Amino acid sequence: MTTPPLIPTRTAPPTGAPGSLVPPSSTPVPGAEATLAPQAGAPRRPRRRPPLGPLAATATLAVFALAAVAPGLLAPGSPEALDLGATLQAPSAAHWFGTDELGRDLYTRVVHGTGLSLLIGLGAAAVSLTLAVLLAAASALTGRILSGVADRTIEILFAFPTLLLALLLIATLGPSPLSLVLAVGVGTAPGYARIVRGQLLTVRTSGYVEAATALGHGRRRIIGRHILPNALRPLVGIFTMSIGQSIVWASSLAFLGLGVAPPSPEWGALLDAGRTYLTAAGWLVIIPGLVIALLALAATTLGTSIRNRLETGD
Amino acid sequence: MTWTRHLASWARHLGRWPGRLAAALLVMWGAVTVAFLAQLAQPGDRAAVILNLRTGQTQERTPAELAPVNAEYGFDAPPFEQYLSYLGGLLRGDLGVSYQQHRPVWDMIAEQLGATVALSLTALVLAWVLMVAWVTLTAGRSPRVRSLASTVEVFAASVPQYWLGVLLLLVFALELGWVPVVGGNGPAALLLPALTLAIPLAGFLGQATRAEFELALARPFVLSARVRGMGDLGVRLRHVLRHAAVPPLTLSGWALGATVSGAVIVESVFNRPGIGRVLVSAIEAQDLPVVTGIIVLIAALYVLVNLAVDALAALIDPRLKA
Repeated sequence: MTTPPLIPTRTAPPTGAPGSLVPPSSTPVPGAEATLAPQAGAPRRPRRRPPLGPLAATATLAVFALAAVAPGLLAPGSPEALDLGATLQAPSAAHWFGTDELGRDLYTRVVHGTGLSLLIGLGAAAVSLTLAVLLAAASALTGRILSGVADRTIEILFAFPTLLLALLLIATLGPSPLSLVLAVGVGTAPGYARIVRGQLLTVRTSGYVEAATALGHGRRRIIGRHILPNALRPLVGIFTMSIGQSIVWASSLAFLGLGVAPPSPEWGALLDAGRTYLTAAGWLVIIPGLVIALLALAATTLGTSIRNRLETGD
Repeated sequence: MTWTRHLASWARHLGRWPGRLAAALLVMWGAVTVAFLAQLAQPGDRAAVILNLRTGQTQERTPAELAPVNAEYGFDAPPFEQYLSYLGGLLRGDLGVSYQQHRPVWDMIAEQLGATVALSLTALVLAWVLMVAWVTLTAGRSPRVRSLASTVEVFAASVPQYWLGVLLLLVFALELGWVPVVGGNGPAALLLPALTLAIPLAGFLGQATRAEFELALARPFVLSARVRGMGDLGVRLRHVLRHAAVPPLTLSGWALGATVSGAVIVESVFNRPGIGRVLVSAIEAQDLPVVTGIIVLIAALYVLVNLAVDALAALIDPRLKA
């Protein structure tokens, strides 16, 4: 459900479609940049507006990065400091995000939990894209047999919804932070594998690869110099998106009590702990959830923008 | 198109079904194999896990204690033999026996299946209604409306389900008191859980529909319909929507699987019965036959719905038959 990056492969207008001479990237051949004038007769581009979305997203992510690296700068207090006189306080000027059942300041805990949460997201995104690229390359760039096996593997894994694949892994390995990273990484991999496969296939059948083949370049050289750089460049954007998605999935697992265990200020753990006080202190779930949604939205916005830029050269 | 050509196109369409069925069977076989491997990969001795689960205490087990359990579940057979008997069991509709409750997995699932199916289907229908209304009203309008509408879609699609569920619960059940907080089996109790699943799904399907909708709006047949004097809403609903419905339809098979897995979270938020609850407690207990049973069932659902979706897409867009 929270897998929007799936869409562009299916519905994007076919720039750089198979056989077309318009490559999907601004730098199809190294050294020949910006040769692509807009097609004659194409509708005039609307006036460029300043890219507010990506700018806001970058700023948001910078704040999160700061919180991860130096939480003390944003929240000087200790995330473990108890105040039994002020338990379950609603958000106020003194406690921006309210306090939990032991009087710990939720804002401080959210800030100090950023590092671990981002680390889990980064780890899962890395696992996911590594698997995705391996599967996609096996499917798009190898001989018939291996390619058929890889294709079927992607289809079979895609038949499992992300959350279920992740749950299957956690059921097998038992709950722990490491199995959380692996579970989310493996769970999200099939979707990304389909995207990467699509990109590899588009590039492989593109005009400039045909040209390189006609010029008599070897297979390795074509894959190494033309196909991989052009097909994998958009991965920078997909990686950014997938960090946000991974954090959402990891927090969903934590909400089910299958993530990082509660005393930790990791965001999923905050949700898991806050769930007990849902009716008495809704902010204990709402606010960490809002922080996660904000991060995911920023990562998706920035990732999409990077991907579009790298794909169309805008 | 004359009737002979019509017939020929249907024949071509039917001719592709054996291949499709074979591919579906292959995916099903792969899913079952993954489920079997997951059971094999469980760390530790499985017989010891079962004994510990049943007695509720973790301790070293002697071979004499383990032998009857191994014999009961067939763990003493070589893995390939276990695999064959697992496959054979599935063909007879036998999903295995729970480690914890010592009863057939199918019985445990069947008791709870109705509640989850009702939730998932309601969510899918709601998602389509929300998405069609939203896209039909906003696609192809002024740039400001379009960018706002697609931002809303991206946001809806990336909202975590547990968060949306908690928010709806707090606002509509606790603050406004429009619907009961927990419990109850009536349609009112189904509304918030279904909406929790439907809103992200509508955002997701909406992105796919919008792209196609705006392409279709620029097609010549839209102009010709307008020239014939058809109103804007009529053009959008009768002509453009039909074209734009194919991408979200092909995603719906995947989406139904996603709502069933989303049900795991929603059932937990709203304290509803269903297979999601069974799944979570089975994972906590590492009761793998129950986990894999549910997962195999959902993979089967995904495969079947995708076959149905292929057939439906060809009905909506005859060009797909060719």
